[in-house]
Amino acid sequence: MTTAQLTPVIVAVPLAVAAALAVVGRWLPRAVRDGVGLLTAAGAVALSALFIAATADTRLVEWVGGWRPVQGHSVGIVFVVDRLGASLALLVSALVLIALIYSTKYFEDVESHYHVLMLAFLGGMSGFALTGDLFDMFVFFELMGTAAYALTGYKVEEKAPVQAALNFGVVNSLGAYVTVVGIALIYARTGELGLAQVGDALHGEHADGLVVAAFVLIITGWLVKAAVAPFHFWLADAHAMAPAPVCTLFSGVMVVLGVYGAMRVYTVSFADVLPEPDVRRALLVVGVVTAVVGALMCFLQSHLKRMLAFSTIAHVGLFLCAAATLTPDGVGGAAAYVAGHAGIKAALFLCCGVLLNRFASVDEVHLHGRGRSLRLLTWLWMICGLALAGLPPFGTFTGKSLGEEALVASGYHWGPLLFVLVSAVTAGTVLRAGLRVFFGVGERVRHDDAPGPESENEEPETEHETRLAHTPIQMTAAIIMLMLGSLAVGVVPALATHVAEAGARFLDGADYIRQALTSASASPLEPESVTSWTEEGLLLSALSVLLAAIVAVASTHARQVTRGREIAPSFVRGIRAVHSGHVGDYVAWLLVGVAGIAALVGVPLT
Amino acid sequence: MRMLLFCCAGWLLLIGCYGIVVSRNLIHTVICLVVCQSSTYLILLGIGYRSGGTAPVFSDTSPSTVVDPVVQALCLTDVVVSATVIALFLALALQAHKQHGTVDPDELTSLRG
Repeated sequence: MTTAQLTPVIVAVPLAVAAALAVVGRWLPRAVRDGVGLLTAAGAVALSALFIAATADTRLVEWVGGWRPVQGHSVGIVFVVDRLGASLALLVSALVLIALIYSTKYFEDVESHYHVLMLAFLGGMSGFALTGDLFDMFVFFELMGTAAYALTGYKVEEKAPVQAALNFGVVNSLGAYVTVVGIALIYARTGELGLAQVGDALHGEHADGLVVAAFVLIITGWLVKAAVAPFHFWLADAHAMAPAPVCTLFSGVMVVLGVYGAMRVYTVSFADVLPEPDVRRALLVVGVVTAVVGALMCFLQSHLKRMLAFSTIAHVGLFLCAAATLTPDGVGGAAAYVAGHAGIKAALFLCCGVLLNRFASVDEVHLHGRGRSLRLLTWLWMICGLALAGLPPFGTFTGKSLGEEALVASGYHWGPLLFVLVSAVTAGTVLRAGLRVFFGVGERVRHDDAPGPESENEEPETEHETRLAHTPIQMTAAIIMLMLGSLAVGVVPALATHVAEAGARFLDGADYIRQALTSASASPLEPESVTSWTEEGLLLSALSVLLAAIVAVASTHARQVTRGREIAPSFVRGIRAVHSGHVGDYVAWLLVGVAGIAALVGVPLT
Repeated sequence: MRMLLFCCAGWLLLIGCYGIVVSRNLIHTVICLVVCQSSTYLILLGIGYRSGGTAPVFSDTSPSTVVDPVVQALCLTDVVVSATVIALFLALALQAHKQHGTVDPDELTSLRG
C-alpha cells in the first residue's frame, strides 16, 4: 500500500468511528468514549505527519476506487495532497486532539454526540483540505458546517447559543448554495468537476461573463467560511457562544480553510483565465477591509470570547492579504502565520474556558481583578497577548514578517503598516483585558454601568454544578501545548524556507493539473533560502509589541470602552449597530458582498 | 426554454434571500433557505438536460440521447445534504422558541454589537 492510497483514510476513519459512536456511544462509559476520540485524533495526527513527510518534492494523487481519468476526462473523485494541504490536515487533527484532551475535564458530563460531532468535524475539515474536486469541496464544506452548527448550539438549553447556531448555519448554508450555483455554471462550461480538469478545460479560454460569475459564486461560499467582511457577522456570534474547546477549532483552522479553498480554486482552476493582477486587487481590497473592521470591533468588545473572535477576523484579513500577493513567500508567510496564530488564539480561547469554569463569566468588566489568584494563567494569558502582536520567536513573528516582506516585494508598501497596526490593536486589546482581569488595573466599573448585551449572556457554559475550585492539569497542559506548538513554528530552523517551498508548489497550478491528470512526477522547485529573521522583520515586530503595550495601558484607563457607547464617535456606533445579531441583516450583507466581489473582479475585465 | 429555467433558478435564489431578510418567523426563515436551495436543483437539472433525451439507463437498450446523469447524482447529494441541514435548523428553531418564547428574529436580541 502506498502513502497516496492512505489519503482517503484520514477522512473515512474519523467518519466511520463517529458513526459507530453515534450508535453505541450512549452505552459506553465516558472514559471509553474519550479514549476512542483521542485515539482517532492521534491517528489522524500521525497520518497527516506521514503525508507531510511524503510530499517533500511531490504531490500525492489518489483516484478513489481506481476511477482514473481517460484522455484527461474522468467521473472519478481525486485526492491531491501537496505540502500545504497536508500541513493544514495536521493542524486540523492536532487541534482536535488538544481540544479533546481539554474537554475531558472541561465538561463534567458530556453527551456521546459531542465526540461524534468532533470526529465528523475532523473528517470534514481534513477532506476539504485534501480533496481535488470542486463538488467534493462543497460536500466536505457542508459536512464540517453541519458539525460546526451543532457544536455551536451544543448548550441547547440556553438562549444565545441557539441563536448563534442559527445565524451561523443559515449564513454558511446560503454561502454553500451560492457556491453550488457557481459549480453548476463551471460544469455547464467545461463538463468537469475536478479542480484539475476544470483548469485543463479552461486553459487558453477567454474570461467571459460566465467564467467570472462562476468564479465569484464559487469563492463566495469559501469566503463566507473565511469570515471576510462583509460575510463575517456569523463568526463573532458563533465564537462567542460555542464551548471553548470548539472555539479553538473554529478560530484556529476552520476559518482559514475558507481562505485556502478560495486560493486553491483560483490557482488550479482559474489562474489561466482570470488575470492575476485583477484577482489580487480584489482579494487585497477584501483583506484590508476585513483586517480593519476586525481590529476596530475587537477593540470595542468587553466579552472576552467575542473580543478574540473579532481578533480572528482581523487576522484572517492579514492572511488573505499575504496570500493574495500570489508569491511563494506570501503564501508561505500566510501558512506560517496561520500555524502560529492557531496555537496562540486557541490557547487564549482555552484560557477563557478556564475563567468561565472558575468565575462563571467571560466579561472583562465583571472579571475585573478577580483573576489575581490564577498566577500561572496570568502569565500564559499575557505571553499569548504579546505573541499575538508578533513577539519573536513565536510562529506569529515568522508569518508576520514573511507576509510583510512579500507585500513590500510585490509593490504594496502599505503592507507593513497594516500588519503592524492590526496586530498591535488586537494584541493590545487582549493585553488590556489581561491587565484588567488578572491585575485589576484601571477603574472598576459598577455592574449597572457596564454596557449592554454581552453582560446578559453570563450563563456558565459548562455543565459543572459547582464551579471548579482549581484548574485541572489536563486543561493547563492543553494551553501550554498549544503555546509550545506556536513557538515551534517560530524556532524550527529553515521553516521559512520550507513554507516558501510549499507556497511555490501551491501556486504552481499547471504542475498540479499535469500531476493530477497524468501520472507525471512533480516538477522540481528552484532551491531558495528564505528567513524571517531580517532586520526589518525584527524592527517591525518590536514596533508591534511596543504599540500593543501602549494600546493596552492607554485603554485600561479609557472609560469609553467600558462606559456606554454614547460618547463613542458616531462611526464607531454605526459599525457596532451593523453587528445586529439579526440573520436577515447578515443575508442582506452577504448579497452586498457578492455584488461587491463580482464588481471588483468583473469590472476591470470589461 | 432553457433560458426560462435559468431565470427561474435565479429568481428562486433571490426571492429566497429576500424572504430571509424580511422574515418574522424562524420556521419561515428556514423554509426560505429551502427555496434558495431549490434554485440549485433547477440549475443543475437544466444544465444536464438534452432535448429529446431519455433517462440515462443503459441496461437493455442503448438510447442515442440521454440526459446527463452526473448532474442527477449531484442533485441527489444536494438533497441529502440539505435534508440534514434543514432538520438541524428546524430543531434549533424549536429550541429558540423554547428558550426565547418567540420565533421572531427581530425579538432575538441576545447577540448585539
